[in-house]
Amino acid sequence: MTVLTLSRALNEGLRKALESDPKVLILGEDVGKLGGVFRVTDGLQKDFGEARVVDTPLAESGIVGTAIGLALRGYRPVCEIQFDGFVYPAFDQIVSQLAHMRLRSLGNLSLPVVIRIPFGGGIGAVEHHSESPEALFAHTPGLRVVACGDPADAYVMIQQSIRCDDPLIFFEPKRRYWDKAEVDMTGGLAAAVPLDKARTLVSGTDVTVLAYGPMVRTCAEAAVAAAADGRSVEVIDLRSLAPLDTEAIFASVRRTGRCVVVHEAAISGGIGAEIAARVTEECFYHLEAPVLRVCGYSTPYPPSRLEEHYLPDLDRVLDGVDRTFGY
Amino acid sequence: MAVNAKGAVAAGPDPLGLDGRAGSAVPIQLLTPEGERVGHPDYPLEVSAAEVQALYRDLVLVRRIDFEAIALQRQGELGIWASLLGQEAAQVGSARALGPRDMAFPTYREHGVAWCRGLDPARLLELFRGVSHGGWDPKAHGLHLYTIVIGVQALHATGYAMGIQRDGAVGEDGEAAIAYFGDGATSQGDVNEAFIWASVTNAPVVFFCQNNQWAISEPLERQSRVPLYQRAYGFGFPGIRVDGNDVLACLAVTRKAMQAAREGQGPTLIEAFTYRMGAHTTTDDPTRYRLAAELESWKLKDPIERVKAYLVRSQLADREFFERVDAEADQMGARVRKSCLEMPDPAPLAIFENIYAEPNALIDAEREQFAAYLDSFTGEEAAR
Repeated sequence: MTVLTLSRALNEGLRKALESDPKVLILGEDVGKLGGVFRVTDGLQKDFGEARVVDTPLAESGIVGTAIGLALRGYRPVCEIQFDGFVYPAFDQIVSQLAHMRLRSLGNLSLPVVIRIPFGGGIGAVEHHSESPEALFAHTPGLRVVACGDPADAYVMIQQSIRCDDPLIFFEPKRRYWDKAEVDMTGGLAAAVPLDKARTLVSGTDVTVLAYGPMVRTCAEAAVAAAADGRSVEVIDLRSLAPLDTEAIFASVRRTGRCVVVHEAAISGGIGAEIAARVTEECFYHLEAPVLRVCGYSTPYPPSRLEEHYLPDLDRVLDGVDRTFGY
Repeated sequence: MAVNAKGAVAAGPDPLGLDGRAGSAVPIQLLTPEGERVGHPDYPLEVSAAEVQALYRDLVLVRRIDFEAIALQRQGELGIWASLLGQEAAQVGSARALGPRDMAFPTYREHGVAWCRGLDPARLLELFRGVSHGGWDPKAHGLHLYTIVIGVQALHATGYAMGIQRDGAVGEDGEAAIAYFGDGATSQGDVNEAFIWASVTNAPVVFFCQNNQWAISEPLERQSRVPLYQRAYGFGFPGIRVDGNDVLACLAVTRKAMQAAREGQGPTLIEAFTYRMGAHTTTDDPTRYRLAAELESWKLKDPIERVKAYLVRSQLADREFFERVDAEADQMGARVRKSCLEMPDPAPLAIFENIYAEPNALIDAEREQFAAYLDSFTGEEAAR
């Protein structure tokens, strides 16, 4: 086991991918000499060359559009979008081109393109640097969407994502980049949790709390606090947002009878809404309370002096848990 | 090879990369509208009688495919059709300049390019009939799928060309990509981003712009204050204007640009100056926005008539040849029609196919539900 930050774990995972497959490329703004604004690609250009770790012109549609062309030529590009709020210029290339190509070609083409996006708030940033656009992509058929929540998953999931033959959006919890944890860098991917499976982080019996990305740690901490009050909270890290691991979700909710979904993204039309609908359809007779959501509000992300009020935190998660016992 | 081991782009002798290939507002022409063969110092094209005959045959056949498709749409057999009428020479000339290992990235109007890349015309109809969104194997034909969103494929072609560089396939025996798009597309960000990427990476890609003067109802002056070929200069690569109704000039200019790209001299923008003689698509009514006189003047520059005049005048083809081509066109039309009418609708469960390369539980579950729903009717019918 090695203790790594989440940023470093991604770096090591990318390094592994570059080493094991010569077709893997990294494309993005400032990913070369600088090593990315979060240093996720630190040192990779030095070791793998400018043809494989490419500092691109400053245009997101161009990054994704040329990555599609490279994938058509047999490469496996990993694009870095510098911040969540900068992905929109590439939206058409992602949603209308990348996601459709396999169907458009009746299966003749696969586009194994990974688009890495640091997402979420809590870092005191200016506008466009704290957003959570995952639902926009999870809503898009043809894409896979995943989010890592801790260094160990970051290391494994980035490698699994690059090996995946489908286009994939990889969300990285930017406020957790400097969280440290033990990472097993010796184990192969074969023994790892599959990319489309959720993982039970904390086992519990009274209520299921579902989270992903930056909220995983928040919810794990909430579970500890709830335990002090005598409530047994089960925390599941969803990991895959499209497709959702509904099997794991339903199994847990059927045991606990209560479900709270937590995410930073705006509550309306979010991942939580999708989960609430599905849990209601499939676990109706097991539910002791409606599925509740603890999320960002249906507002644009506020200026950073207000973000602590916007973002779900330990207290708001506990409040949500409490409310499920009020029915 | 343009990308060395470290991935650095080799600098050309001329910082602008123009190498004397800067264009002129007078389009390159090798065959006048009257069918007179003219020379050009930069494009000495040697073509045999058989080659000109073959080009003529291409032009006639693709126009016939187009006519047949319009008729099929009018009869309700196709949902829509985007006619290439008037642009046959630009498409056939440029596509016949491609080698088997080159890759073309078309819009939705490149039926002449598709024909030259060996795609069965019936496959084109699938998209317009609503049977598939394209469906052919791009690798098998050196022809990427039709792209409907305007200009996005310019980036795909450029990325593909960056792959050619990384494969070490740049050089005398190299490969190149060609991106097709229209005058309207030159306003799109993606096309401009493609110009930037191709320029700074010196990618082996040719941008072939068919300036057909109209983006649905908007004339060229809504897109640009400068001639389109000149756009290239600002990006640092050559731009050339060619008579898009002259199949020989399109062939010669594209050949040279593709060879330059293959050899590592980087991108070229070709502006094929032509005219969309038909409607934008079968849903469009050009009488609302353009004058009939304009169409009449372009009819005098018809891309097929001038080749015929040249062949006749130079005694390079006899009456029998033209009759043979016409007969082949009739057969082609009949075959296209038959293929269209016999084209089966896909099975309902095809909705769930080819979405993901790897297993996907969500799609699997929905397919199962829908299959069960469909089966419920079979049971009902049996009960009746």
